Amino acid sequence: MDKYAKRKFILGAIFVFIAIVFIIRLFTIQVIDSSYKQYATKNVLRKVINYPARGLIYDRNGELLVYNKAAYDLLVTPREVSTFDTTQLCSILKIEQADLMAELKKAKKYSRYKPSVIVKQLSTEMYAMLQEKLYKYPGFFVQTRTLREYAHPIASHMLGYVGEVNQSQINKDSYYSQGDYIGVTGIERTYEKELRGHKGVNYFLVDVHNRLKGTYNDEKNDSAAVLGNNLTTTIDSKLQSYCELLMKNKRGAVVAIEPKTGEILCFYSGPDYNANLLVGRERSKNYQLLLNDTLKPLTNRAISAAYSPGSTFKTLNALIALEEGTITENTAVSCFGKASSPIRCTHNHETPITLVGGIRESCNPFFWNTFKTIINKYPTSEEGYKKWREHILSFGLGQTLGTEFYGESKGNIPEASYYDRYFGKRRWNALTVRSLSIGQGEIIVTPLQMANMAAVIANRGYYIDPHIVKAIEDPDQSSRKLSFEKKVSMIHPEHFTKVIEGMQEVVDQTNTRYTAHVEGIDICGKTGTIQNSHGSDHSAFIAFAPKDDPQIAIAAYVENGVWGARYAAPIASLMIEMYLNDSITAPNRKALEKKMIEANLLNPNQPK
Amino acid sequence: MASRNNIWANLDWLTIGFYVLLVFIGWINIYAAVYNEEHSSILDMSQRYGKQLIWIVAGFVLAGTLILIDSKFYVSFAYVIYIVTLVLLAAVLLIGSEVKGARSWFQIGSFAFQPAEVSKLATALALAKYMSSYNFKIEKLQSIAVIGAIILAPIMFIFLQNDTGSALVFAVFAFVLYREGMSGVFLFMGLLIAMVFIITLMLAPLVTIGIMTAAAILVYYFMNQKFMEAIKALGISASIFFIFWLTNKFLKLGFPDTRIVLFSALLASLIFGIYALRHRLKNLLLVIVVYISLVMMTFIVDYVVNDIMQPHQRARIEELLGIKSDPLGVGYNVNQSKIAIGSGGMWGKGFLNGTQTKFNFVPEQSTDFIFCTVGEEWGFAGTTVIILLFLALLLRLVFLAERQRSVFSRVYGYSVACILFFHLSINVGMTIGLAPVIGIPLPFFSYGGSSLWSFTILLFIFLRLDASRMEKLSY
Ligand SMILES: [Zn+2]
Repeated sequence: MDKYAKRKFILGAIFVFIAIVFIIRLFTIQVIDSSYKQYATKNVLRKVINYPARGLIYDRNGELLVYNKAAYDLLVTPREVSTFDTTQLCSILKIEQADLMAELKKAKKYSRYKPSVIVKQLSTEMYAMLQEKLYKYPGFFVQTRTLREYAHPIASHMLGYVGEVNQSQINKDSYYSQGDYIGVTGIERTYEKELRGHKGVNYFLVDVHNRLKGTYNDEKNDSAAVLGNNLTTTIDSKLQSYCELLMKNKRGAVVAIEPKTGEILCFYSGPDYNANLLVGRERSKNYQLLLNDTLKPLTNRAISAAYSPGSTFKTLNALIALEEGTITENTAVSCFGKASSPIRCTHNHETPITLVGGIRESCNPFFWNTFKTIINKYPTSEEGYKKWREHILSFGLGQTLGTEFYGESKGNIPEASYYDRYFGKRRWNALTVRSLSIGQGEIIVTPLQMANMAAVIANRGYYIDPHIVKAIEDPDQSSRKLSFEKKVSMIHPEHFTKVIEGMQEVVDQTNTRYTAHVEGIDICGKTGTIQNSHGSDHSAFIAFAPKDDPQIAIAAYVENGVWGARYAAPIASLMIEMYLNDSITAPNRKALEKKMIEANLLNPNQPK
Repeated sequence: MASRNNIWANLDWLTIGFYVLLVFIGWINIYAAVYNEEHSSILDMSQRYGKQLIWIVAGFVLAGTLILIDSKFYVSFAYVIYIVTLVLLAAVLLIGSEVKGARSWFQIGSFAFQPAEVSKLATALALAKYMSSYNFKIEKLQSIAVIGAIILAPIMFIFLQNDTGSALVFAVFAFVLYREGMSGVFLFMGLLIAMVFIITLMLAPLVTIGIMTAAAILVYYFMNQKFMEAIKALGISASIFFIFWLTNKFLKLGFPDTRIVLFSALLASLIFGIYALRHRLKNLLLVIVVYISLVMMTFIVDYVVNDIMQPHQRARIEELLGIKSDPLGVGYNVNQSKIAIGSGGMWGKGFLNGTQTKFNFVPEQSTDFIFCTVGEEWGFAGTTVIILLFLALLLRLVFLAERQRSVFSRVYGYSVACILFFHLSINVGMTIGLAPVIGIPLPFFSYGGSSLWSFTILLFIFLRLDASRMEKLSY
């Protein structure tokens, strides 16, 4: 029929040949070779993960902030469990029998062959006791972990906390597996890859009686854990602790920066929480409590709060007008006090007033005039506004400042197009947006941005990206310093002189001197009072010192603090004094310190 | 109407018997593979064995339906089915969902469908249709081009889906072409290429080329029986290499040794080639051509392995050949699979008594590695029975294919047998360390509706064609 018909024999032969090869091979491994049988029946391979200690975190002076303590998890492989004395095990573990049974059932449901955690984070004593009796409980074994511990529980928002990985994190990064810890917020999150180190693994052969029979494959498949890298932060723990003492029972935030380097000396968001609450067996219970707390202690206000800058913003308007040449230090503006239009003045002072006096007295009419000259310098309000906004952005506002901050908000410096949409194109001018002249209106800043703004003024025109971590140290002791970008503002250095002079007069000559002046330190500052429709106004203060060689720039924001000089200024000045002088000695300052510590602004019934 | 009644009588019930047997043994082993105490009923629909039962029953219904369809349908619609499949293959690239790195599944609710499964069947139909056309002659260039296009188009799409395993299955159509008259040289060449591939991987390129040179000279010697000429050839080749090597070394030209070997091999071939042409030595010329192509092959293999293959594919092949061993990494599956099968012994540990397969030591135990459960619980006796059952089915299919009157049915029948053969040998081969780990299912055995149904359709279309083999098909 066809000449190739005989090829069916060749194809059939190929089929038969492969089948014979398979049968011979199967005969070899199933019947002749006994090694597979021994391997399979006598031994159970147990994989034990070596969790490396997470990197340590130090403050700027080498003081240890975060370290680790050992914790022991009890695991079980349900398939290997045989009958055991449950009463005894429960008494060692100090748990109810019903709980143990429930956990066992859960483990069984998850997998009969894969280990599950039965009890997390046993105490050292429990572990010691259990270790001796473990041979009685086949299928159970202990895995060592490390947990975070805090020398002094400070700077909780800056440090952040660690928690167990969730499924989506496991899917994203194959390094993680169920039950691993990962940085959830703060620098624990930002520097997760540095801190976590690398897990190691050991394979052991264990017999059915839970006895260790030795290593597997000459440890060729084992790997040692690699310790996490240590971080040196820029935080001054003494200043940080002091800040937390002063800010007790207050809502708000304080950020202090070393102007020359951008290093953050203090980073506080209040109310905060004790970092130890988020470690250990009670972690999830405490987390729920914190999460449901109406004071929102988990919110990091220092980088995410949406605050108005208030009058502190006037310093920027003055600088921009000087740079643009629309005013000089001698430009005088008449002030009619409460009768001024379109913005009233809230102070009584000499009139007409010039730049230094305007800042000192925080004269609204003066800054309305200043702002107007900037906007009106250009052919259209839109162009004027764009130029003004460009200046503002060069101070680091309206953008995130660092790569290290988890959850940092950009704040808001509206674009001209925002007003176009709101009022209509060419339907707005300086008058329409006049509240910007005194730091109110649509502008939103974070306390971090305010502190950075103070640093720009202290530096006479530049800032280094503010940061928290300055060096990373490998376990092999080689340390690498991180470098950060220098950013120059659009204002020339010479324009800062008069503005700074005004800021010094704020602290030395106005009523603010009673709460902010420190003998022997030239502090330059500017208060702000931010209208609050939900209660008492908020208190804000930016400052730096000493005037001629600034060591510290600071922004303090105290919610419901009534006005700038009431809480924010004294707290900031006490911190400056503590940082530069190492102590508070003058009796009036001691009294102020006591008053600040005792003030409780969280309780609405307490007199302010 | 009479013919319709005859259909059931004309069906090859022996093949159906093998099919039902394999499907049920598979199902029982899936039950054993994923057995747990909480869900001990084999009919528990929340478990894989429960779901597999649904698919088996649905598969039977499907098979019955296929038998009711007129066999002329498959002939008439062969190209249509093929084109629709190509469209689906293209569509899955765009809107398919990704499973284990391969974008090859359509996910509709809880139902997943893999067009690559159907593409084997569609390709088989298209090939059968084309090869049964009047003007088809396997020697004609045009015919070869069309066959190539029919086979390569789906391969291309499947490669793009990153589903190498399913793409490799198409290689087996070479057997079908061979049966229909393709020269055996091609099969031999394929074997040769595979051997060169393995030798190149296992040995350094230098050694490989050395062996080839020696082999070429030896072959020539056996062809001519002239000892002195072989010695001369050896001497000339060696001196060319030596001169090149010295030049490179002392002039510090910096060529890598492999390059030197390649140059000398090419030059020697050129010299012998000219010699052969001038003296009309046809045998010598053939040896040289084969030699040159094999030498080039080693470099191509080197390139393919190092630059085209993905690291995990390379690692799997190296593991298979024993070049590298990583029992808890790449080699983990195979190592554990061999332990599971090996621990079964002569008679196995008994139904549900396997420890290794239930240990989660063997991954994919109910799908790609289902054969492990057979090996562990039923021992050598069980594995042999399964292998023989499959062999019987394959040989029966060859027998059925040969008794067809139409070329269409024969080509399709051989395609079915060869596809099943490929799946069987790769899948079982992989579990016992004789084939690389390529994720393709064991026909009728592995868990999963998509694969069970496509194999069922593949087989029952042929049984339908066979049942009406006495009728005159349109061609
Ligand atoms: Zn005024």
